[in-house]
Amino acid sequence: MESSQNVPLQQQNGDQEAPLLSIQDLRVWFELRKWGFIHAGYVRAVDGVSFDLAHGEAVAVVGESGCGKSSLMKTILGLNRPTDGDLIFDNQRLTESRGGAMREYRAHLGYIQQDPYGALAPFMTVERILSEPMIVNGVRDKEERLRRIHKALTEVKMTPVEDFLHKYPHMLSGGQQQRIVIARAMVMEPKLLVADEPVSMLDASVRVEILRLLRALQEQRNLAVIYITHDLSTVRYFSERILVMYAGQIIEKSEVNELIANPKHPYTVALLNATAEPEAENALVYRDIPPGEPPSLVNPPTGCRFHPRCPHIIRGVCDVNESPEFEVGPGHLVKCWLYE
Amino acid sequence: MMQKEKVLLDVKKLALHFSARQGVVQAVDYVDFRLHYNQAVVIIGESGCGKTSMAKAILRLLPRNVATYKGSIHLNDTDIMKLNEEQFRRQVRWVRMSLVPQAAMNALNPVIRVGDQVAEPAIIHLGLDKDAAMQQAIRMFQHVGVPIDFMTRYPFELSGGMRQRVAIAMALVTAPDLIVLDEPTSALDVLTQANIMNLLKRIKKEMGTSYILITHDIGTSSELADSVAVMYAGQIVEESDAMRFFTAPLHPYSQKLMASVPRLHGDTEPDFIVGQPPSLINPPTGCRYADRCHMRFEKCDEDPPVIDYHDGRRVKCWLYVDEGG
Repeated sequence: MESSQNVPLQQQNGDQEAPLLSIQDLRVWFELRKWGFIHAGYVRAVDGVSFDLAHGEAVAVVGESGCGKSSLMKTILGLNRPTDGDLIFDNQRLTESRGGAMREYRAHLGYIQQDPYGALAPFMTVERILSEPMIVNGVRDKEERLRRIHKALTEVKMTPVEDFLHKYPHMLSGGQQQRIVIARAMVMEPKLLVADEPVSMLDASVRVEILRLLRALQEQRNLAVIYITHDLSTVRYFSERILVMYAGQIIEKSEVNELIANPKHPYTVALLNATAEPEAENALVYRDIPPGEPPSLVNPPTGCRFHPRCPHIIRGVCDVNESPEFEVGPGHLVKCWLYE
Repeated sequence: MMQKEKVLLDVKKLALHFSARQGVVQAVDYVDFRLHYNQAVVIIGESGCGKTSMAKAILRLLPRNVATYKGSIHLNDTDIMKLNEEQFRRQVRWVRMSLVPQAAMNALNPVIRVGDQVAEPAIIHLGLDKDAAMQQAIRMFQHVGVPIDFMTRYPFELSGGMRQRVAIAMALVTAPDLIVLDEPTSALDVLTQANIMNLLKRIKKEMGTSYILITHDIGTSSELADSVAVMYAGQIVEESDAMRFFTAPLHPYSQKLMASVPRLHGDTEPDFIVGQPPSLINPPTGCRYADRCHMRFEKCDEDPPVIDYHDGRRVKCWLYVDEGG
């Protein structure tokens, strides 16, 4: 695994505060073709996203389906190639990396899928499932592999370990399957964990257990975590910072409690309004929800992408120019003309 | 107050057991509940607790491996369990109650235009001719907020929220008294979910429809609930009005379930329930929740009776045996 293809960033060398992952004006566009060969525009899945992730920091990316959060995630995982912009991991620019360097980078990542049952091969035992990433990444020693499997399973509280090693995924409950998925993400001792809706397929009674487990792992190992979700209510138990995505862009960034107490962007406000707390009074009122649906990413609206649905639209501004990010508080950035 | 209203659906000792290779699965195990006109009852439970089986039992949409199917279901005073299959199909299913199935977005036929799909129940169950049924379908599309020109589209051309609305239109087209909603919003985004809930509230108000809402999402359930039935391992362990349930549930399982909901505001750390629900093949003989219960005592080895709590709630737990009426 030569790292000759890596492009070191001279200017950041020796900088102690360098973030683990830095994403700069990232664009991921997918080309559309008509009849298989005629260019027919782009799907602008991720369109100008920038953020930094420090070592050991948990950040949540919140947005609806089709807002580009999965494309962003796949690009971070190295499964998509960015169309434009930079992805810098541990001072390595990954945008141009290929082959071996990319494989080396992926070994530093853990990925927790949304649907645990779909993510586990049904014909493999737990032991085999957990060995796989190590085999791929060149951990040849069988003893070492077994030692790491034991460690990972103990960490996700699947004990006694021997009881589970020879089981198949269908013999486990949803919560246990998700623990196996987490253990698999942990065996390579990653620096960055990407969790894609890790609890949305689980029952309410075990969700919190899995979130706490992830949180504990994150703190023990000083892991950086990108937590992708559409459920705002779980975010505050899991991450420090939150990024709200809409139509391929990050429209609000803030510390979690600040965002929940003090949402600025009309879309964030709507998301918070839509999140139901279990109270009987809910049945008596209609929720205040903007009409319509997220725009097509092939022809996103001009100006602010939320303007066709926005209740506070400033005509002649919002529908013409895209808003820059305005700082409304310490570390609280919002992409909305209302806060100019 | 609740007693004065007219009962629409009265389910008594309903049982639905399946035969499987390993034994008999007691998916719905002698449950009782009732639903009043123009009310919504929410059936809350974890996956595998039998809530979808209950919906199927009420609509008599049964798979082949049924071992036991008995009890009584009175729908405005007729016992629909006594009807034969043909009578049930002609008189009850879609005429008086309909279903919005789980993952309704995938329940639509991919090769039929959505307008025709919505009109179909009106042709089959109400005996309308095609034009009249289409007129009815147009009214339903307006009602659920789908543009009329979408009627000639196919399901794949619609977004998830739109497909869900179409599925609701399909359940509404015959103007039934009761709609069974099986996890109607679980696959949708938060905003779409809230929009669908607004729609369901409006339909309930304008058309006087009653709902059975089956869900595992407690937050969403509160959007529609007039009353709540909590299901655990095939049994209803608590039946309560929404107001009392969401403020102070009785059964230890309901209490833990409420505590496990992450909240947007407030400082309470959410809790979780240790362990897993029992297998429905050989459920424990005593209280089925006892193994996970934080209030367990000796009595719990015996099966608890359903206790009529003094304020009208019903709870299946030994803790309340002295407080019953």
